Amino acid sequence: MAKETLNDVLITGQPTYAAVEDSIGRLVLNQKVHKRQWWYFFLFGMMGAGLLLVSIFWLLYQGIGIWGNNVPVAWAFDIVNFVWWIGIGHAGTLISAILLLLKQQWRNSINRFAEAMTIFAVMCAGMYPLLHTGRPWVAIYWLFPYPNILGMWPQFRSPLEWDVFAVSTYFTISLVFWFMGLIPDFAVLRDRAKNRTTKVLFAILSLGWRGSNQHWHRYEQANLLLAGLSTPLVLSVHTIVSFDFASSIVPGWNVTVFPPYFVAGAVFAGFAMVLNFLIPVRAYYNLKHLVTMRHIDWMAKIMLATGMIVFYGYILEVFYTWYSGSVFEFKLLMDRFSGPYAWSYWMLIFCNGVVPQLMWVPKFRRNLVLVWIVSAIVGVGMWLERFVIIPVSLTNNYLPSSNKMYYPTFWDFAMFFGTIGFFFFLMFLFIRFLPIINIFEVKDLVHKMLTGTAKTEPSTRPAQQPVGAGE
Amino acid sequence: MSGYGSHDERETYALVAEFDSAEALLAAAEAARVAGFKKMDAYSPFPIHGLSDAIGFKSNAVPFAVLGGGLLGGLTGYSLQYYVHVLDYPMNVGGRPLVSLPAMVPITFELTILFSGLTAFFSMIALNRLPKPYHSIFNTPGFERATQDRFFLAIEAKDKNFDPQRTHEFMRGLNPLSLNEVHA
Repeated sequence: MAKETLNDVLITGQPTYAAVEDSIGRLVLNQKVHKRQWWYFFLFGMMGAGLLLVSIFWLLYQGIGIWGNNVPVAWAFDIVNFVWWIGIGHAGTLISAILLLLKQQWRNSINRFAEAMTIFAVMCAGMYPLLHTGRPWVAIYWLFPYPNILGMWPQFRSPLEWDVFAVSTYFTISLVFWFMGLIPDFAVLRDRAKNRTTKVLFAILSLGWRGSNQHWHRYEQANLLLAGLSTPLVLSVHTIVSFDFASSIVPGWNVTVFPPYFVAGAVFAGFAMVLNFLIPVRAYYNLKHLVTMRHIDWMAKIMLATGMIVFYGYILEVFYTWYSGSVFEFKLLMDRFSGPYAWSYWMLIFCNGVVPQLMWVPKFRRNLVLVWIVSAIVGVGMWLERFVIIPVSLTNNYLPSSNKMYYPTFWDFAMFFGTIGFFFFLMFLFIRFLPIINIFEVKDLVHKMLTGTAKTEPSTRPAQQPVGAGE
Repeated sequence: MSGYGSHDERETYALVAEFDSAEALLAAAEAARVAGFKKMDAYSPFPIHGLSDAIGFKSNAVPFAVLGGGLLGGLTGYSLQYYVHVLDYPMNVGGRPLVSLPAMVPITFELTILFSGLTAFFSMIALNRLPKPYHSIFNTPGFERATQDRFFLAIEAKDKNFDPQRTHEFMRGLNPLSLNEVHA
């Protein structure tokens, strides 16, 4: 494949407002750019979504007996997939909120894409806790506090209930944040659209946005506040998810290192997923000048850094097990190392501990195929991490006579692949019908580049600056 | 330069000048504020740093609304849990106190975020008077480029200092690409 250069210019080629707008708006307004390949992925996603529908129907009809879960392993694929999906969503919020607060302008061309992934991933995640109750229509009064005829309330002291609030808040705020960023872009599409129907549609979606100074003034205030609110929110979500485990007494779960290491793991998996999607999409839709090698390089570095935090978490788990002196904890650890599920533990170490180390080498970070493969392996590794933590820990009971192996069934896999398909389905609809890169933020970046106020690394300022001026 | 001089029956909304860069717009807005205009607005494809200062527009309504929303959310979260666990359905779990504060933190926190986040969005929408399908400024010729690559400054007829002829001359002095009288 052709070598792309790595420089510190955040938008390569001709950075003009019109060029930026054209390369992004084209994907929505000129439906002809979407060729047959789009249909392949879309149909793949649609088949997955169909599989999901079938498995949900069968689950509701038959009950959760169709899954492999059984005491002592009461939580298995359902919760593994829930935690995996919700973690994938976290990269989007990190990019859109935390990097905004840190004034990392390179995020401008990837935030929309990552935020869309957040929303779709949380949709996939949210299904599992609802469906694993077996009777989601009854679960409403288990989960949400409303004055019902039984006079019952949820138990607010339970981490599971915190989870309900955390995940639903996370979904709502992410959606609002995403839609708010889309409003000015809908106005751009409204003004560029030639086709009357498209124009009317985007006019409605843009709510009559005029781009006036008053609009922008309040928009910027609201945007900054939402970023500031999303930052503690995203950290709290995975922290609370980890409380589901950490506040219990199950060996292998009762560890204080869980919250930070879950959050790091979430960002790790999320960045891997962003890379997995963006690398092919930027190549196929000619967005290489907006999502440059610099972006890929930085994302790979974040993946490496969070991967190291996660690996440190694995080391601490081993250390604490030894340090606690608890017989049951120790037995579980030995079981992870050499028990019937040892393959999953060692694969996890390989996927999350060993493979990401390749990203230390600058040459490898510039090899897109390799970065893509590493990201895919990280995705698998993070799924295995939750598998090792959740069902494998549960197979070890305090009462050895009740230890039991866990075997997933066809329907466990069907639902998991179903949500993957559903995610693809939504992502490819998004790619076709919404601006996948934030148009006005990239224009802002263009403006800053033209006026020389864009922030890149100090060593590589644009060449027009006088060299050695301060000497 | 359509509009000026033609005796149109319709009411004038504003005089609208078009510029080709953010810097030109900033300078024009600054000049118009110094000249004493108050009822004016600028239109740009992206937020421009310092434009509110140049125009003299101040508003902190969104942040204050968010503060209010956050306080209300926190209060709702806490009082919901207090009502349920202390007043409506007190339940003794192993002798633990009914007001178990640490366990109430997560939901109080989440509702604070939820309420303030929703307030941020809805107060932005409401204060900007959106959704608004029709607005006089859309009558400006070439205004579709305000979301693309052009920058507009509108001095509204409501302004006390507005005088069709003198304001027109003033705005011509700003060297716009085009200058239009826009009707309501």
